[in-house]
Amino acid sequence: MRTIYFDNNATTKVAEQVFEEMEPLFCELYGNPSSMHTFGGQSEPSEIIFTSGGTESDNAAIKGTLAALPHKRKIITTRVEHPAVLTVCRELENHGYTVVELPVGKELPVGKQGRLDLAELEEQIDDDTALVTIMYANNETGVVFPIEKIADLVADRGVIFHTDAVQAIGKIPLDLSKSNIDLLSLSGHKLHAPKGVGVLYVRKGTRISPFMFGGHQEAGRRAGTENVPGIVGLGKACELAAKNIEQENNKVKKLRDKLEKAILENCPDSRLNGDKENRLPNTTNISFEYIEGEAILLMLDKYGICASSGSACTSGSLEPSHVLRAMGIPFTAAHGSIRFSLSRYNTEEEVDYTIEKMPGIVNQLRELSPFVAT
Amino acid sequence: MWEYTDKLKDHFFNPRNVGEIEDPDGVGEVGSLACGDALKLTFKLDANGRITDAKFKTFGCASAIATSSVLTEMIKGLTLAEAAKVTNKDIAEYLGGLPEQKMHCSVMGREALEAAIENYQSGGKKKHELEGNIICTCFGVTDKEIERVIRENNLTTVEEVTNYCKAGGGCGGCQGEIEKMIEKIQPDEIKQAPLTVARRAGKLTNIQKIQLIQQTINEQIRPALRAHGGNIELIDVEGNKVVVAFRGMCAQCRLADFTMKDVVEAKLRGRMSSKPS
Repeated sequence: MRTIYFDNNATTKVAEQVFEEMEPLFCELYGNPSSMHTFGGQSEPSEIIFTSGGTESDNAAIKGTLAALPHKRKIITTRVEHPAVLTVCRELENHGYTVVELPVGKELPVGKQGRLDLAELEEQIDDDTALVTIMYANNETGVVFPIEKIADLVADRGVIFHTDAVQAIGKIPLDLSKSNIDLLSLSGHKLHAPKGVGVLYVRKGTRISPFMFGGHQEAGRRAGTENVPGIVGLGKACELAAKNIEQENNKVKKLRDKLEKAILENCPDSRLNGDKENRLPNTTNISFEYIEGEAILLMLDKYGICASSGSACTSGSLEPSHVLRAMGIPFTAAHGSIRFSLSRYNTEEEVDYTIEKMPGIVNQLRELSPFVAT
Repeated sequence: MWEYTDKLKDHFFNPRNVGEIEDPDGVGEVGSLACGDALKLTFKLDANGRITDAKFKTFGCASAIATSSVLTEMIKGLTLAEAAKVTNKDIAEYLGGLPEQKMHCSVMGREALEAAIENYQSGGKKKHELEGNIICTCFGVTDKEIERVIRENNLTTVEEVTNYCKAGGGCGGCQGEIEKMIEKIQPDEIKQAPLTVARRAGKLTNIQKIQLIQQTINEQIRPALRAHGGNIELIDVEGNKVVVAFRGMCAQCRLADFTMKDVVEAKLRGRMSSKPS
């Protein structure tokens, strides 16, 4: 059976060109870049710290900033962050830090939920604030925050600004040289590079204490022998993304819009979650009332379609997605939420096949549901 | 992806006995949309008091649907006395096992069956009611229910209790109480968890006292307030007086006085006055 992969916000396939670039680095050019022979090679210290991925970059950014500013005790973030940021902040709260989690718009009509109130952010920044960390784009809903505006606002107040851009990189054009972003996290495997490599961008002049010790790599800011194949792969993936970003996003967006429109039209009692205008081109998050997400996923899986859900059962926790709840999506709809996240490798035929199967799956599960009158 | 048995998958993709029996002898309804799963079980008895037909309707994940489906198969042909003996373990075993985190599905099956039997015995009048005192407010789980899953499944950790009946899986504010229940019910199975702050001859030093207060706030109070968008900050400790500040939603909440008394004060008193270990 063929696989239709609509779970690209979870991870992506490694691009062929990326793999080709990496291949010789495993068995032929495997030297340690720190070694004193030409086989090793050289790396230039810069604004880039290579890490093991998005989670490490987020941890390093938050903990590194706080350690460099020991007299400040307040962190501002949002309720919809990825756990790699939110859990870290909540853990720091247990160590005496004050954490402010900005709410996102709830009362806004469907299609506009999930927006951030910048006035509230401004109000919260004070002399005690060490760091503002706000994600670029949400992994579950694809909602994009006005990060450049936020970065300017935070910079005006002289506070460090970090953004988890794991979902945005490769999907939204970004020029860090013209931006007020101080710290930015990205992850290789979300943009067709392999798992196990990521970047923490640290703007020149931003003070950050190292979080991993034991070596001089990355100018002493992140010890540990470099993941050379991963880094080369990530470089190639970024190059490919930059070259194709506009064209591919048009194609991906068209497919996403077609999928979304058809599902919402053909499945009664379904609704779109999140800000429809400010959104990643590849993501759609749709709730199906009266049925549960994990059951939908398994049915989709039977047809080879891979997606994900914000339902409680999928994750093994008992409560549905914190992102959907923060947006004021009722529990009932959150339990039945499905995220489709596309990539440049998806085809129109795959979208059509999914559109064809979806109503049947929803109906089949609704026939089982005690909340649907038959 | 969960590791489901083939039998479970079969019952999910091809559920048996879906629907509602018209004019049933017993009806059992448990769970709710908000909780993430719900089951409505109906059955019909023959002249000899045996279950001739059983049907279900379930909202929930694959294992919730599959457990409901096998439950209807298991109870057909049983007398009510026999059916009343079916435990959640029997249901899980019939499926060839369930992932630990999904054991609550089997408990939901057993609860629905009990509710349906009760409903029959009361002449169709009685609806399922919660017995005992509610411990987990997030999922509405009572002390009786928690005690039962602990005893029937020989549970020794809070995590297991959450897997079996959901209690403690929401805000986490009741985890301390569940832990106490386990200690009481299973004294031979667990070692007394030592308080992490060492005590000397019953009296706490100021540093120890502050640590213990902070720990209690972190572990038992903050999670409960967080569930409602609130938060709490420890400001100071003066002798036996603890000064805290409510943050977030709690700061403007009209019920904050009750939260202060029933949650913050109660938890702190409970923890601070416990016997030194």
